[in-house]
Amino acid sequence: MPATKEFTYELERGFLPGHRACAGCGQATAVRLVMEVAGPNVVVTNATGCLEVFSTPHPESAWGVPWVHSLFENASAVAAGLEAALKHKGKLDEIRVLAFGGDGATLDIGFGPLSGVLERGHDVAYFCMDNEAYMNTGVQRSGSTPFGAATTTSPAGRRSFGEDRPKKDLPAIAAAHGIPYVATASMSIVADLRRKTKKALDTRGPKYVQIHVPCPPGWGYDEKDTVDIGRMAVDCGLYPLVEWENGEVVRVRKIKPIPVEEYLKPQRRFRHLFRSDAGKEQIAKIQELAQANIEKYGLAD
Amino acid sequence: MRKMIEGSRAVAEAVGLCRPGVISAYPITPQTHIVEELSQLVADGDIEAEYVRVESEHSAASVCLGAVAGGVRAYSATTSQGLMLMAEVLYNIAGMRLPLVITGVNRAMSAPLSIWNDQQDTLALRDSGWLQLYAENSQEVLDMHIQAYKISEDDRVLLPALVCMDGFILTHTYETVDMPTQEEVDAFLPPYNPLYELDPKDPYTLGAFAGPEMYQEMRYEIQRDALAAKAVVKEVAKDFQAAFGRWMGDVVEPYQCDDAETIYVAMGSVVGTLKDWADIRRERGGKIGVLKLRCYRPFPQDELREALSGAKRVVVLEKAVSVGAYGILSAEIRAALYGQPNTPPVHAAVTGLGGRDVTFEILDEMQERAQAGEMDFFAGLREELLEAS
Repeated sequence: MPATKEFTYELERGFLPGHRACAGCGQATAVRLVMEVAGPNVVVTNATGCLEVFSTPHPESAWGVPWVHSLFENASAVAAGLEAALKHKGKLDEIRVLAFGGDGATLDIGFGPLSGVLERGHDVAYFCMDNEAYMNTGVQRSGSTPFGAATTTSPAGRRSFGEDRPKKDLPAIAAAHGIPYVATASMSIVADLRRKTKKALDTRGPKYVQIHVPCPPGWGYDEKDTVDIGRMAVDCGLYPLVEWENGEVVRVRKIKPIPVEEYLKPQRRFRHLFRSDAGKEQIAKIQELAQANIEKYGLAD
Repeated sequence: MRKMIEGSRAVAEAVGLCRPGVISAYPITPQTHIVEELSQLVADGDIEAEYVRVESEHSAASVCLGAVAGGVRAYSATTSQGLMLMAEVLYNIAGMRLPLVITGVNRAMSAPLSIWNDQQDTLALRDSGWLQLYAENSQEVLDMHIQAYKISEDDRVLLPALVCMDGFILTHTYETVDMPTQEEVDAFLPPYNPLYELDPKDPYTLGAFAGPEMYQEMRYEIQRDALAAKAVVKEVAKDFQAAFGRWMGDVVEPYQCDDAETIYVAMGSVVGTLKDWADIRRERGGKIGVLKLRCYRPFPQDELREALSGAKRVVVLEKAVSVGAYGILSAEIRAALYGQPNTPPVHAAVTGLGGRDVTFEILDEMQERAQAGEMDFFAGLREELLEAS
């Protein structure tokens, strides 16, 4: 029966269709890609956030693999507990432990637990789904919100151009733990994301992969443009795709840089920057941030 | 085997005999001796467990949560501020119906900072869905851990258990205990056999969110099963007596209560002090009994009614205070006795906060003030230290 075959295929895929993500959700696509690579022999922990909410409204679940959600800040620590349990049972060679958290769960409230998991050497692959604000609660500013972006708690106003700090550089902080593998990726650059996921899952010890996942309602762009928006973030230099092994940069994805305006302009969160000369000065600062990335990692060499 | 050891060592050895697969803890005084002893037992290979040295109590509880979800028996210990930091996870563990045993070493809450004993910390978690057992001495706390795993993992319960022991008074005191053998404990406590575990061979989703159409039913089930757990606590105490020959009560333990005019109710190590004091008062003709509340959650309402309804007076020794109300235990005991025939007055005597020794003098003061009709009061206050109000 074809339906049965289809169902089996979906189960093997791990992350099933029918969940409640918004149209054009970058995160949903990224998770599907990661789970396709990860295969069935995994256990997954998930921080509170969009992914958890849209994939598991009880009694429904979009997960075809064992999955546990506990709290906002402890997906990494719960993953460490699962890893310890698998080690105790002698099953750690056959089963991979994955953790998913948004940027708020990862960079902000779960930063301590994540650092503990990386430092202690747990065999856990942590995937941070970076959509650059607290989207599940209504687009509030996180430590990952980029300079110049308006959110509901860092709004543009008569005295504000939105967020006034650059993104917290968690990939570099993760790499500073000296762990075997750290990578940044984009849901828009699929082959690269697949390769990095496979590399993470083939590596023993702690792994941190931060995936840029555009968010149509949070960033304010047309749902059909998710892939293009994500690609432009990489191509302008604001989201450098970098790999670290044991604390050292080992590979970067080269770009032919485009101006940051091309990436910023289609997004509602940056539109205030285009309305005044003072706003254009802010855009110039954003271009400097991109340029600094390009030079630091040799993205355009 | 009978031996003279520190209370913390007794707990560590008892936990080891329960064969946890994962231990995770964060050091905090006065829990430290327990986790140091366990670390050594793991380091020497006497316990086959993964010991996860986390960066906070929040993560210690989270690691245990993950381990039990993965089908492995787990253990942690903490106290006071650490317990509060765990609190979010502890509610979560109970709601997810994961059996787990944590030692709740009793210590005062800051501020002012105090590392010394009272019971404010664990009582703050009375509504969390955790079973709460309170031990009087080293032997009881040792035995209680073995019983707690059996109760918590029972299919009729599936709720976590906090085994409470007074900081320093029990953790740092040497007493003679009878330590069971591994064979005896193995026969009493079978390996953890979870109903559900996170296994790729049979995937399931744990920790989904619930909307208003079903949240209340899930909470009702926790309440229903927590109340029903009282029968399991009693059953396990009987089974334990049959296997090990020791009985220290099940949900309560009455001491000279049959003819008592005044019954003191308390939890933890102060019960021992109360028993000695009651003996002395009896020599002078005072008919005083002591009721040890051993199982605080589930709350043994029927047993308290039965034990207390014949008394002239009940005095609840409170090592905590519900600030802005008064006693925590006494409020619940008053509620339990409300509307019963021959209801005695229930006095709330707060004392022993922040490590203040509960002396016979303080107990005498309590007795006098209760006899004089004072209902809610602090006993053993140093009036000269109080600022003018």
